[in-house]
Amino acid sequence: MKRWIPLLIFVALAGFLYVGLHRDPREVPSPFIGKPAPAFTLPVVGQPGKTFSPSDYKGKVWLLNVWAPWCVSCRQEHPVLMQLAQAGIVPIVGLNWKDKDREAEALLARLGSPYTAVADDVGGQTGINYGVTGTPETYVIDKKGIIRMKHIGIINEEAWQTKFVPLLKELNQ
Amino acid sequence: MIPEIGHFALILALLLALVQAIPPLIGAHRGNATLMAVARPAAQGQFLFVAIAYGCLAYSFLVNDFSVANVARNSFSQLPAVYRFAASWGSHEGSILLWALILALWTTAVTIWSRHLPEDMSARVIGVMGLVSFGFLLFILVASNPFARLFPAPMDGSDLNPLLQDPGMVFHPPMLYMGYVGFSVAFAFAIAALLSGKMDVAWARWSRPWTAVAWVFLSIGITGGSWWAYNELGWGGWWFWDPTENASFMPWLAGTALLHSLAATEKRGAFKNWTVLLAILAFSMSLVGTFLVRSGVLSSVHAFATDPTRGIFILGFLGVVIGGSLTLFAFRAAKMPTGGSFTWFSRESLLLANNVVLVAALGAVLLGTLYPLFMDALGMGKISVGPPYFNSVFVPLITPLLFLMGVGPLARWKQASLPGMAKQLRVALAVAATTGVLVSLVSGSFKPMVSFGVALAAWIVITIYLGFAERLKYIGGEKLPALLKIPRGFWGMQMAHLGLAWVLAGITLVSGLETERNVKMNIGDTTHLAGYDFTFQGISPFEGPNYRAARGNIEVASGGKQLFVLHPQKRIYNASGMPMTEAAIDYGFTRDVYVALGDELDNGAWTVRVFHKPFINWLWIGGFFLVLGGVLAASDRRYRIALRGAEQPAVVPQGAQA
Repeated sequence: MKRWIPLLIFVALAGFLYVGLHRDPREVPSPFIGKPAPAFTLPVVGQPGKTFSPSDYKGKVWLLNVWAPWCVSCRQEHPVLMQLAQAGIVPIVGLNWKDKDREAEALLARLGSPYTAVADDVGGQTGINYGVTGTPETYVIDKKGIIRMKHIGIINEEAWQTKFVPLLKELNQ
Repeated sequence: MIPEIGHFALILALLLALVQAIPPLIGAHRGNATLMAVARPAAQGQFLFVAIAYGCLAYSFLVNDFSVANVARNSFSQLPAVYRFAASWGSHEGSILLWALILALWTTAVTIWSRHLPEDMSARVIGVMGLVSFGFLLFILVASNPFARLFPAPMDGSDLNPLLQDPGMVFHPPMLYMGYVGFSVAFAFAIAALLSGKMDVAWARWSRPWTAVAWVFLSIGITGGSWWAYNELGWGGWWFWDPTENASFMPWLAGTALLHSLAATEKRGAFKNWTVLLAILAFSMSLVGTFLVRSGVLSSVHAFATDPTRGIFILGFLGVVIGGSLTLFAFRAAKMPTGGSFTWFSRESLLLANNVVLVAALGAVLLGTLYPLFMDALGMGKISVGPPYFNSVFVPLITPLLFLMGVGPLARWKQASLPGMAKQLRVALAVAATTGVLVSLVSGSFKPMVSFGVALAAWIVITIYLGFAERLKYIGGEKLPALLKIPRGFWGMQMAHLGLAWVLAGITLVSGLETERNVKMNIGDTTHLAGYDFTFQGISPFEGPNYRAARGNIEVASGGKQLFVLHPQKRIYNASGMPMTEAAIDYGFTRDVYVALGDELDNGAWTVRVFHKPFINWLWIGGFFLVLGGVLAASDRRYRIALRGAEQPAVVPQGAQA
């Protein structure tokens, strides 16, 4: 019997690997979906003295895009957000996450800003309250201030069409 | 046309792999010499055709044939030729083809240097390797054809991932694969031994040099990979416990355990079943590593291709190879007598402890790597496991091993005398403790981990010295000629242990004493770190072959004396638009000064990261000795006699060597 142990261990392992194959490692369920978006008040990048808080957007459907100047993928996502902003489909609020080097303002000035406002979360606490696992991440928040969806990673054409468009249509009705 | 030739060569190689596997295995079972004789020419033919296929792929990359999908996705016309060549294994398809090529290369090496083996043994070994080849070639043809065409062909390619555009990338994957795949030889020997039912010590002797050579390549690959990460990733780290790194580290741990266990099996006939199991484990870990990296079940910084059909195929292949071998083991292992008795304190018992610790460490790394997947599969949520887990589990596990590394080589086989060794060990302990205290005195601050780590390294070094001293006393006569009489196997072991001690000292010192600073610098600003003054003299533009860069000029001075200028770069690659940080490093034996550019701010100011890394190069120096030890061990006289014996069987009978 002892000689069968290695095989049994392997079979168990293979079972897990099989299940794991059918899962997307980047798909992370968020416990915040269906819950009110955590409140915060943060300074707005590039507008000294001004602050942003989610209650400002009550009555609107909007996106909260968590990004950072040091994030390479966010740079790839940037042109997509620019297109969305130009089309004026939905207001996008940026959460400038853990920007310790204070680079966001210069970067947005250079590349253009897709955001209606950029909240400055230099300490990262607000991001943690939202359950941010990495950048970029995008939250869809409805008229009542409830988080309806969280998208992890870059918003590409496919993700936009399949995940965002139907939900935004439903929420805007 | 050329890609089609490559594709066709692959199909022929697949068929030859079958010919290499089936008739010789049947022949070995039935004692039919004609069928067994098929093994060698079929294996060499298979190598030829896989090499032709690889040549066609490399050619397509070199001539920028963007009608080949693989080339279009992973190359770019402005890419320098050497990186175009390296790009041929930078992609998923290419890297699997490289796997198959290296497997065929190892098999061919076995066909050449196995003439001293009994015919049925070599036929089985080559046959088993043929089955593995068949699986990989089938995978390439079915699920990841590197020669698939694109129509219409794009004007230009989308470039090789800039991370991979580094001299390190040219050598790193082939080295790693030489190691991974090299364990297939020990695996094939173990399976051949199980199939034949003859589990004598001979198979251990035969597979020992092969295992050592594979281990050497894997060690070069891992050390080189760590050096590459340090130089290329721009955040000053050298090991991240990333799933891809773990995928190369797990076979290394299993291979290290196997090397030690083979020694006990060959010399004393001990742990026969255990050694067979380790040989299966080492190669299984290579396959699991390939699966983890290639199937996309785990996301990692390296994030290669993710395609579930490929994952299913590799998993099925794993099931056949690993599941099949373990089933064979379950049926056959029980039949084999376990030989060699030993007491609780002996070379054998210490080697067994070594094996247990290494396998436990392997288990810990495997668990940490797969834990997110387990939790997800059980529906218990998504988590990730990071360096804190690995450091807090791995370090306490491996510490007793490093301690035993000092004791093991001094202990006798079968029964060692603890009182007899106590005198030696007391001296070593005293020297180690003194070193630990000295370290905290010299560095000016008491850090328990640093003192302990360096003391442990000193402990290993002293026991190596004691080991040599004892050998010399045993041989007698003049010191220098006696030193040359010591067999290379012993030299190899001690060099490898010395290398590990060196790595250990480096890791401890750099982790405990490194400092860094992340600052905003205007032109002319100076920042201070660890006694160095860094002055930012602005940026000049720089044109690379396929990128544009901002090149920083940072003057480094110490005590008012100008030392050197560092030029870190921030690159934007033309094809992909991807930004990359290229660190600038001033290397030194006792420290590295490491500078990386962050981002541009207003008025020519930049964020700059400066690191002071004491003794970081000891990691690679230690790695060099580790590898040297492996080379010496693999080239021990007894193995060369075995080879010569094959050519002149009348002069040196097989197995005459001790």
